[in-house]
Amino acid sequence: MSSHTFTHLDALESEAVHIMREVAAECANPVLLFSGGKDSIVMLRLAEKAFRPGRFPFPLMHIDTEHNFPEVIEFRDRRAKELGERLIVRSMEDSIKKGRVVLRSEDQSRNPFQSVTLLDAIAEFEFDACIGGARRDEEKARAKERIFSFRDEFGQWDPKNQRPELWDIYNTRTHPGENIRVFPISNWTELDVWEYIARENLEVPNIYFAHTREVIRRDSGLLPVSHLVQPQDNEQVENIVVRFRTVGDMSCTCPVESDAANIIDIITETAMTRITERGATRMDDQTSDASMELRKKEGYF
Amino acid sequence: MSAIEKISLDQTELLRFITAGSVDDGKSTLIGRLLHDSKSIFEDQLSSITNTTRKRGMEGVDLSLLTDGLQAEREQGITIDVAYRYFATPKRKFIIADTPGHEQYTRNMVTGASTANLAIILVDARNGVLTQSKRHSFLASLVGIPHIVVAINKMDLVDYSQSVFEDICKDFAAFAEDLNLKNIVYIPMSALRGDMVVERGDQLNWYQGTTLIDLLESVSIEHDVNLDDFRYPIQWVCRPQTQDLHDFRGYMGRIESGSIQVGDDITLLPSGLKSRIKEIVMYEGTVKEAYAPQSVTLTIEDHLDISRGDVFVKTGDTPQVTQAFNAMLCWLSEQPLDPNRKYLIKHTARMVKAVVGQIDYRVDVNTMQHEATSTLNMNDIAHVSIKVQKPLVCDDYSRNRATGCFILIDESTNNTVAAGMIDSPNK
Repeated sequence: MSSHTFTHLDALESEAVHIMREVAAECANPVLLFSGGKDSIVMLRLAEKAFRPGRFPFPLMHIDTEHNFPEVIEFRDRRAKELGERLIVRSMEDSIKKGRVVLRSEDQSRNPFQSVTLLDAIAEFEFDACIGGARRDEEKARAKERIFSFRDEFGQWDPKNQRPELWDIYNTRTHPGENIRVFPISNWTELDVWEYIARENLEVPNIYFAHTREVIRRDSGLLPVSHLVQPQDNEQVENIVVRFRTVGDMSCTCPVESDAANIIDIITETAMTRITERGATRMDDQTSDASMELRKKEGYF
Repeated sequence: MSAIEKISLDQTELLRFITAGSVDDGKSTLIGRLLHDSKSIFEDQLSSITNTTRKRGMEGVDLSLLTDGLQAEREQGITIDVAYRYFATPKRKFIIADTPGHEQYTRNMVTGASTANLAIILVDARNGVLTQSKRHSFLASLVGIPHIVVAINKMDLVDYSQSVFEDICKDFAAFAEDLNLKNIVYIPMSALRGDMVVERGDQLNWYQGTTLIDLLESVSIEHDVNLDDFRYPIQWVCRPQTQDLHDFRGYMGRIESGSIQVGDDITLLPSGLKSRIKEIVMYEGTVKEAYAPQSVTLTIEDHLDISRGDVFVKTGDTPQVTQAFNAMLCWLSEQPLDPNRKYLIKHTARMVKAVVGQIDYRVDVNTMQHEATSTLNMNDIAHVSIKVQKPLVCDDYSRNRATGCFILIDESTNNTVAAGMIDSPNK
């Protein structure tokens, strides 16, 4: 047998494809969460690799905080259409109208409440598996989470009571009302994601690339000026060249100063960067050392 | 310039390894040292652990804090489960399965070891080969980890003595003779001081071998997968039934071992029906050859009744097709084994009912002695015979990890209760 170069991206890709096929085969009603962000863009390509020339055996779904960047929403809709796959959008606005979510103020971050809308949508469609693009390198609670992560009827994650996960044999079983979150790119790092985007020549929303944007400096980070974020007393609006490393709620997603104008620039920057992705860009993860762990226990993705 | 800056796109291999040892052996410090010296620690992580070190009334940076994960663990100063860490050098990407070393060790180590290419077994140079080193080595051999590094740590506390190192190597080699351990490498080091982990340091000049990181970067993993026997469990049958693909039937799965070419004769198991490979379809187009562990789509010349869980093999290279086999079983659940109950067995892409018929013996993981028992509790390892409701297509685990391993699931709780390794399929 001849020798082959099976690179780390080949290995990670094959693992993710295998996981997606297991979900499709064993879960009754799965859904793939798609936000238009870079991780979920990779997830769509992996789903194509797993199921083409067939159609995806699951719909796509986005939990829309309505605090998203318009460029990302435009991209989300266009990409789903290009693929010819069904996209379900469930909006947090509906949860607010129903009184399921009560906000203190209009411009407050909506990330913590996404779980309410997500759990409502899971109940509405009776999904038993949600496939998501979370990675273990993002955060230390995720580092301990299984690829197939079991949730009880309240969508809660119990870190002390996880199913052992051995080899690549996955236990996909649930009782009615329970569901599983599946993370096929658990073992990818931020750098792997960008390298894969480059290798596969995938399009990403342009806010990932350097552009001039109005920002203010608040706490330790930059915040983009929008209808949700307005300068307060003694805050100056500055025009600087920035890019986003994650795309989420506009009220708390911080851009970083960067002149990375294309994918190769981003890979170089990511390889050299000395700050973790969430540390740099998410204000809601900085409130306490354990903030992600607490949110996950409440049913957050 | 940091090591990471030089990573070339898409040309690095992936190595998965596990670290076995307790906190006292300096395991967390070793992982912290690997991450730190390979420039894989981020500034915000470093400042967070520097603060915590100070809060606990200590000075400097306690690298072991890097591997502390959850709030519950930080409060109690323990680790509760397997955590995965990632780092890279210009030569390879690494996934570390970090397993804590307390009483649930067997379960966690077996879990972390199941996907590992390599195990680092930590030995405290002051203590030599203790019971727990033997336990870790036994578990590594049980799960069949292809490469073993015995890291003789805390050399700084024995004056970097060559004779201490050599005595420990001798002791370890003597006891490892009875285990099926391959490719053992011994490295003296001080994770705390950084000697022989990433840097050589200047205290161990008598040692001629490689540093730990050099070994991790260079150990050959090509043959960790069985390259001889083609095994292809069908995960999903693709039938688009569109106008232009009306008759397309693609059998989707991952090549678990071996390789396949267009035109190869294949046998479908368990039915024994025969056909030939027509196409190997990838997303990018068709290819002539594919190999483990690629995920692919195969089409065949004939129209056979094929469903999930069936297995393609090359005609003439047939594994066992059996409803009864013997296996080493590691019990993972707090609920003990109930020999009267049926469990679900998941093996490759097949899930059927199973009964644990007989427990031949339980292994005392500290002494490796066999003992009689009528049930199994969490962390027990035993040799058992298993009967299944429908035939499974399997190999001896030592020959083929992918077709030799399985899990047992409790149907009432849906929990994964045991992990097994088949050792004699045909009895």
